[in-house]
Amino acid sequence: MTEIVKVGMADLNVAVSPKRLRTTGLGSCVGIVLFDKIHRIGGLAHIMLPSSEMVKIGEINKAKYADTAIPLMVDMMVSLGANKSLLVAKLAGGAQMFQFQTQNEMMRIGPRNVTASKEALAKLNIPIIAEDVGENYGRTIELDTETGILSIKTANKGINEL
Amino acid sequence: MIMKRDLNALQEIELDILREVGNIGAGHAATALSTLIQKTIDMEVPKVNIVSFADIGELLGGEEQIMVSVFLRVEGDAPGNLLFMLTLDSAKELVEQIVYSEESNSDEFNDMEYSALKEIGNILAGSYLSSLADFTNLTLLPTVPAVTIDMVGAILGFGLIQVSQVSDVAIVIDTTFLEGDRKVEGHFFLIPDPDSFDILFNALGVNW
Repeated sequence: MTEIVKVGMADLNVAVSPKRLRTTGLGSCVGIVLFDKIHRIGGLAHIMLPSSEMVKIGEINKAKYADTAIPLMVDMMVSLGANKSLLVAKLAGGAQMFQFQTQNEMMRIGPRNVTASKEALAKLNIPIIAEDVGENYGRTIELDTETGILSIKTANKGINEL
Repeated sequence: MIMKRDLNALQEIELDILREVGNIGAGHAATALSTLIQKTIDMEVPKVNIVSFADIGELLGGEEQIMVSVFLRVEGDAPGNLLFMLTLDSAKELVEQIVYSEESNSDEFNDMEYSALKEIGNILAGSYLSSLADFTNLTLLPTVPAVTIDMVGAILGFGLIQVSQVSDVAIVIDTTFLEGDRKVEGHFFLIPDPDSFDILFNALGVNW
């Protein structure tokens, strides 16, 4: 049985093949997956919010925000032996779970999380090679660090592989 | 948006107050439901959980558990999120009693059943909030509810967005109710915004 490393909400982790990385119930949150195919090292972050910039006080949980989770995950992967220039990314989640008749920006958090994740990846020149984002349903994702395949499970649409 | 106090550091009296908030709100909602389906509804003592985001999925039988959820944003004096969650079986059971639809084995809901769910959510959440508003003398206004059927983790994750901006834990007031023969089990989750705690406690005569 392959060991599965669980990543919670506002959490991140990295693993070397053959371990798998898994996070459940991504709604408006985004699962950011990084992978180094040569060294077979993967990383997975389950971010909740786009940016840590609005936080003014105290210690922050870097895994909670797109802009801080990605650089932290890169560092952790590099310390496991990954090569920064080989990293590629896959994104999943960022759904709009409910349809509202409201102008409240907070209710559009899913799409904003996706945009922020893409910006943070672009800043580090990490290409996004696949994505399954948006829509209005939750996703559970699992990264196979052997192959880099990301399987995405949903309530109604079965399993999709990226 | 600066939170003055740590949500982890609530006193027993404050937890009691939040339990009472859940009790009053859900009590009235249960009465409304009981009238709607003309059956007796039992209610459990509300649980006030201080949960870290990492553990949130454990609240309702795992993050991947599929549940029917009605979501309302509470606006007014003490903003927050209100969720009414039912298992698929419970939702089916409830809807059949209200729209007298044919019993079906499918997990899908047709349009009629879907609007019935939305309306049930509307009525229950409305009575939850109006009783709370009466009791606290606060203005609490529900937005139009939205319904979805999806994984618990995905839904609660969204319900925690406001809280997540200032905290890694949330205070969740969970009230379970059951229909007489236990066929229908529902949960109310009230997730006040961090700034709303002061307002709720003050309205109830406790200086937090």
